[in-house]
Amino acid sequence: MEKDTGLLLYRNMLLIRMSEERLAQSRQAGLVHGACHTYVGEEAVATGVCAHLNQDDMVFSTHRGHGHALAKGVSPFEVMAELYGRETGCSHGRGGSMHLFKPEVGLMGTSGIVGPCILQAAGAGYTFKLLGKPNVAVAFFGDGASNNGAFHEGVNLAAIYKLPVLFVCENNLYATEVPSSYSSGNPDIYQRAIGYGIPGVKVDGNDAWEMFLAAGEAVRRARAGEGPTLIEAKTYRTRAHSEGMRDVGYRTQEEVESWKARDPIKMLRDRLLRDHTADEDDIDNVHNEVTARVTDDHQRAADSPWPKGSDALSHVYFEGA
Amino acid sequence: MKELTYTVAAREALDEEMARDPRIFVMGEGIGKRGGNFNTTLGLYEKYGPLRLCDTPIAERGFIGLAVGAAMSGSIPVIDFMMVDFILDAMGEIINQMAKMQYMSSGRLRMPMVLRGCIGIGGAAATHHSGSYYSIFSNIPGLRVIVPTTPADVKGMFRTALRGNDPVIMLEHKNLLSNKGLVPDEDYTTPFGQARIARAGKHVTAVGVALTVQKCVQAAEVLAKQGIEVEVIDPRSTSPLDIATILQSVKKTGRLMIVDDAFEPCGFGAEVSAQVGAHGFDDLDAPIRRLSGAFAPTPYSPPLEQEIVPSVETITKALYDLVKE
Repeated sequence: MEKDTGLLLYRNMLLIRMSEERLAQSRQAGLVHGACHTYVGEEAVATGVCAHLNQDDMVFSTHRGHGHALAKGVSPFEVMAELYGRETGCSHGRGGSMHLFKPEVGLMGTSGIVGPCILQAAGAGYTFKLLGKPNVAVAFFGDGASNNGAFHEGVNLAAIYKLPVLFVCENNLYATEVPSSYSSGNPDIYQRAIGYGIPGVKVDGNDAWEMFLAAGEAVRRARAGEGPTLIEAKTYRTRAHSEGMRDVGYRTQEEVESWKARDPIKMLRDRLLRDHTADEDDIDNVHNEVTARVTDDHQRAADSPWPKGSDALSHVYFEGA
Repeated sequence: MKELTYTVAAREALDEEMARDPRIFVMGEGIGKRGGNFNTTLGLYEKYGPLRLCDTPIAERGFIGLAVGAAMSGSIPVIDFMMVDFILDAMGEIINQMAKMQYMSSGRLRMPMVLRGCIGIGGAAATHHSGSYYSIFSNIPGLRVIVPTTPADVKGMFRTALRGNDPVIMLEHKNLLSNKGLVPDEDYTTPFGQARIARAGKHVTAVGVALTVQKCVQAAEVLAKQGIEVEVIDPRSTSPLDIATILQSVKKTGRLMIVDDAFEPCGFGAEVSAQVGAHGFDDLDAPIRRLSGAFAPTPYSPPLEQEIVPSVETITKALYDLVKE
C-alpha cells in the first residue's frame, strides 16, 4: 500500500466517523430537526470506492448517505449545515439527512426511498455511454434494497446495456431492523450477479484496503466498457438505524460488540502501522487535522443562516440557467 | 402546410429533435427495429441506431427510473410507454424522483425528459389498456402534463417538451392517432399552458380533454343547427392549466360544462370547476356541470364500454340541457 493512499483512506474514514459522531451529538442538542441515519461502522465502503472516482463520476445513494456524500467530496460543513436546516447546507435546507445533493462534485442525491438509486445510477451509466464519456456511476444501497424490485430491474438493465456502473451493496445485515437472513432467500447477495451475467464480488466491507482493491477493479472494468459489477460489502452499522431510535429487540449486544472489535478505522490503523506504511505521528497528524476540521465545520454550520421562507416555492420547475 | 396524421406529426417532431440534439434517446418496448407498437419510432432505428432507439425489457419501473438518472446526468430520455396503464408500476419513480428532483437539488439538476404514450377508452381494450390518468399526474408539483389533440399541436408541444428542462408526460388519446390535420412546415413550438379555442361560440362553454374535445366539437355542430353556439376549449395541457382562457369564455357564455373521460372525483373537471367558481362566479348564469367517465374500471364488451364514457349524443344532450337551464 502506498503511504499516500493509506493515509487518504484513513483520513476520509475518520472524517466520516467524526462528522457522524458530531451529528449524533448535535441531534441530542436539538440542532438536527429530522432523521439522522449515521454511517458509523461502514466507513470503509464509501471510502474505498470513492477513492477511485473523479469529480465528474456520479454517486447515487440511500437514506444512510452522509458517508457517501463526504467520501464524494461534499464538505462536513455542507452536510452538517444541511442537517441543521441551514441555507448553507448542500441542499439549501430542502433535504436534511436523507436528501443530500451536490451535483457539482458528483453527489447526485441521497434518497428517502429505498431502491431508486440503483436505477438512477444505471441511468447515469446510460448517459456516459450515449455521450461517450469516460465516467462511471455508483449506486450505494443496502441489503434491504437488494430485495426490492429496483435491484432486479436496475442491475439487469445495466447488464444488458453493459453500462459503466458499480452496484455497491452495503450488507449491514439488517433492513432497518429486519434481518437479511430472514428476508433473503439467499443472503449472499453477490451471488445474484450470476443471474444477470455480471461479476459479483464479496468483500470484507470493514477492510478499507480490500474495499479499495475490489472497487478499483470494478471501476477499471466500467471505464474499459466491460460493464457493471456487483460488489457486496459485508459490514455493520454499530449505531441505531436512526439516532434517537431504540436499538434493542432485533440484535444482541454481543453481536454489536463483535463488530465494534472489527472497527474499520482501527483495522486500517493496525495495518498501516503493522506494514510500516505510516507511523504513529502520521496517524496523530491525521487525527488532529480531522478533529480541527470537524469542530470548525460544525461551528460554522451551527452559526449559518436559516433559509428564507419565501424561497420554499422556488425550483419546483426549471427557472432558467 | 402539409397534411399529416397525429402519429406522423409526433414522429416528425421526435426525428427532427433527435437530429438536432444528440442527447435525446428513446426507450420502450419494441421501439427499436420494430418502430413502436403505434409506429411512433418507425424508421428512426435505421437512422439513429440502437443506443438512441433502445428496446427494453418489460420493466417500466426500471427503465423509467433509469431515465430519471439519465436526465439527471445530462441526457434527454423519451420513454415510449405504449399505454399509460403500464407506467403505474413506476409511480414512485415518477412522483418521488422525476417530479421532485429539480426541487430537491435546488434547481441544480435539470430534468428534461418526456414520458409519452396512449390514453383513452375505446376499441375494447379493457381495463389494463384504457387508462386516462391526467388528473392524477396533474396533482403532482414538478410535472408537466400535456394532452395534445391535433397533429399540429402534438408536433409543436412534443418539440417544446424536448427543448425544455422539465419532466413532461405527453398523453396521446389512441382514437386521435390516425386523425389528419394541417401541420406548418416551419420550425415552430407550441407552448404549454395556452388553451386553444377549438370552436368559437357564445351560448355555452365546453372544455374537453383529448378525445372529448373532438366529441364536443361534434356535439357543437349538432347544436349549431338548433341555433345553439357552443364554444369548445381545448386546454392542451392539464398542468399547467390555462384557466384564463376558460374564464374569458365563461364571461361570454355564462355557462360551463367540463367533459372528460377520466374519473370524476378529485379530477380535472373538479379543478376547472373550482377555479371558475372562485374567479368567475359572477359570470355564471347556471351551475357548472361535469360529464365524466364512469367511476368504474373499463369493461371490455362494446355495449358495456360505450356506456361508461361521454358520447357525442350524451354531450349534445347535456349541453342542450345546460343552455336551457
